[in-house]
Formats: sequence, structure tokens, C-alpha cells
Amino acid sequence: MPMQTVKMVITGPFSAGKTEFIRSISEIDVVTTDEGISAVSAEYGTKEATTVAMDFGRITVDDDLVLYLFGTPGQRRFDFMWEILAEGMLGFVVMVDSAKPETFREAKSILETFRAYAPTPYVVAANKQDHPDAWAPEDLRIALRIEESVKLLPCIATDKESVKNVLLELLYSILEEMDT
Amino acid sequence: MPLKGNLADFSITQILNLINLAKKTGILHVYEPIVTDETIRDGTGQERKKVMPGEERATVAFRDGKLILATMGNQDGHLANVLQKAGKLNIQQARVIRERGKKYSDKALALMLINANYATQQDVVRSIKQYTLDIVYDLANWEQEPFVLDENAAPSPARITVPIDLQNVIMEIGRRKDGDEPGIELPNLDMALKFPEDPGEKFRRVHLSVEEWRVVSFINPNNSIRQIAKACNMTETEIRRVVYSLLNAGLVELMKPPTSKQPARAAAGGKSRSAAQPPITVKRSVVERLIAKIKET
Repeated sequence: MPMQTVKMVITGPFSAGKTEFIRSISEIDVVTTDEGISAVSAEYGTKEATTVAMDFGRITVDDDLVLYLFGTPGQRRFDFMWEILAEGMLGFVVMVDSAKPETFREAKSILETFRAYAPTPYVVAANKQDHPDAWAPEDLRIALRIEESVKLLPCIATDKESVKNVLLELLYSILEEMDT
Repeated sequence: MPLKGNLADFSITQILNLINLAKKTGILHVYEPIVTDETIRDGTGQERKKVMPGEERATVAFRDGKLILATMGNQDGHLANVLQKAGKLNIQQARVIRERGKKYSDKALALMLINANYATQQDVVRSIKQYTLDIVYDLANWEQEPFVLDENAAPSPARITVPIDLQNVIMEIGRRKDGDEPGIELPNLDMALKFPEDPGEKFRRVHLSVEEWRVVSFINPNNSIRQIAKACNMTETEIRRVVYSLLNAGLVELMKPPTSKQPARAAAGGKSRSAAQPPITVKRSVVERLIAKIKET
């Protein structure tokens, strides 16, 4: 029997936690294509490298089924990769850094862009909920104008159980979509 | 978790919308912006100077999603000043009341002024309402101030508060803004509009202009914003301003572009099903296997 591969995309603004999300659940070391960031501050939440092409993680279900997780580059100058990564995806996760309102506008823009690529099911992960400045998920829903029918889930990308919950909710949404 | 941010990223209109829809109680503190040498990156990865909060410049209080009081840093908001600004007291009267009424709360002072026939209760309420609104309309022009919403905080019980519906405030801010300002965002004029789940409740207390009502009358999932503008004989800038205000007041919601070409009048309820989704290409059993695997991971 040929191996079946299924793809999910993890997208979101710069520094939203996409790489961490995939790293927490992937059974292989995440394949990243990062480059250094010149101006680095020691402040909580800043990062030293950014994804330029994609992150790649894998979850093997059995001998004939594999789930691939692709993380998109956060910076706009690499957005030519988005559409390529979105092709054939089963669903997508939009990661939002709950503690950085300066990224909310871009999060909304990315969400709309991916919805336009493929109207597949998606969920929004309100990441960094352990940060003292994190906005509550219900406030993020209003701030990002996310419809009630779309799942907006609290998330901590470094916590495997939290990541599992986000992926499971996306899969449940896909099942619900199949039922309609 | 306090709501923190900067008006450059989240405008006063957006904050009011959030407070209105979430029916929040609390005090919004807005600070003087201190631009530092430190840099931060926005959602696209672009660098910019970090702005830190300086001195407090204004506070705005809310109760259950309604605006109730506002103060500006350089004005103390004393009742005598509020009434003087509204033309209910002259400079001399206001000065005497300020000096002699120091030990009284605004509520006690208002009672004395009403009893002494200096002002009516209606004068007091109207004056405080206008004073509060003037501050909020002024705030709406600020563009880079840091803010913090201290949830569940309340102004001193000595202060007189007047509940004001935020939908009307948001609509008025929209009317005062130029449609070409950077703060005015509208994703796409080919998007359609629909009413929220409970339009009757939301529209009950809102005061719309004739122009705004005309736009509302064409809201229908089948009409793009561009079509509505054409039907109402409005320019792109005009429709942008009206839709921006309606969106921020929570009176309408954006939805996927329609397929029909002719604008139709507003549909009752405004509910619609978005464009049909393409079938998911994997089998249900594949998704179920993925679920089982992730659960055991």
C-alpha cells in the first residue's frame, strides 16, 4: 500500500511561536531554515533567528500514514512561500502572540490570506497565554474579529499537551466539516 | 491579565469596540509616549522604536460596556469646571465653588448647586456627559500613546458617572474621521456585510445619520460593499468611513464576497451561509487515525 501523507500548515506573524509549536509535537528534530536577526534584545519573547522558508515536522501514524506539519516564515519578505505551503493542506493553525498587540493586525491579514488560498478548516491558537501581558482569548476574538464559529484556543507552544489540544481541535473541525 | 498595548496598534475605536462587545468594566489609562532607543519588531518582522509609557495623560472609565467618565491629565474634572465649561457657571462662580467646596464630593456639591438653583439635575448630567465625550473624541486623535485597561477598577464613588452607549460614541468618532486616514481599515470593498446575531438589540439605542441608514438598508450577504456604495451613490472614501464605523460599533460583520451582481435590500435576520467549501479530499478514517495518534503521542 502506498504511503499516504497529510499536510497541516502552522502560520502566523513573526515570532508568534510557530517553530516552537511544531518542535513540541514533532517526532523528528524540526527541520528549520532560519537566519539570524541582527538586533536582538534580551526582553522576554524576542528571538535570535527567524524562519526564512519553512519549518518541517512529522508525526508518523503507522506504516502507511504520515502527518507533516509545515510552519510558514513569519516575515513578509518570505511570503512567496505561503501559497506553495498552503497547497493541498488539510487544515491550518493561525498562531497569535497574545502578548504582542503590535502583531494582531498582521495575524488578521495572514488569516484572511490563508482563507483565500484554500477554504479548509482552521483554528486560531492564542499563544503565550503564560505571559503576564497576554490578552485573554475572548478579547483576542473581538480584537481580531474572529467569528464565533471559528475555534480560538488558548495555547502555550512549548507545552506539548497544549499543542496536542490545538491539533485535535483542528482535526475535530475537519470531521465536522465532513459531516456537513 | 490587564489589556496593554499602544494606540498605534490598537486604536481608541478598537478599544471601545472591545469594551462594548465584551461588556467590560474598568479604567483605561492612556500615557504620554516615551520613544526609546530600543527596537521591537511588528507582526511582519519590521523593526521600530519601542515606546514606553510616560506620565498619565487621560483616564476613561467604563461599567458593563458603557462609558461612564473620563478625565484628561491637565484638567482635574472638578464639577465646577465641568459646569463652567458647559456654560452653566461663570468663571467667578466656578472659582468660588472650587474654593469653598473642596471638602465636598461631586455628588454632594451637585446636590447643593441644584438646591441653590445654580443648575438643574439635567444640567449636571448633560454637562458631565458632554465633558466625558469631548475627552474621548479628543483621545480618538491620539496615535502612538501606550495604554492599559485596568479591568474591574472603578472611579471614586464621590464622582458622578453618566452611562453612555459606546455604539453611538464609536459612530461619532467614525463620522469625525477622514476616510483616508491610516486608522481607517477595510479589508476589501468586494467583501459583503451581514448583521450580527441580535441586530434588533444592537440597533435599538443607536443614532444613525440618514447616510448611514441608507447603507444599512442595503446590508445583505448578496451585496458587496462596492455595490452598496454604488446603490447609495457614495464614493469609496464615504462608504469606507461608514462601514468602518458600523463595523467598530459591532452593528455589522464582514463576510465572504457575494456572487450576485445586483444589490438587494436588507434581508431579515441577516444570517447567511458562506460560499460552499470544497470537499476535503481525505477519508474520514484517515482523520480519525490522526486523532487517535495525536491523543497517544
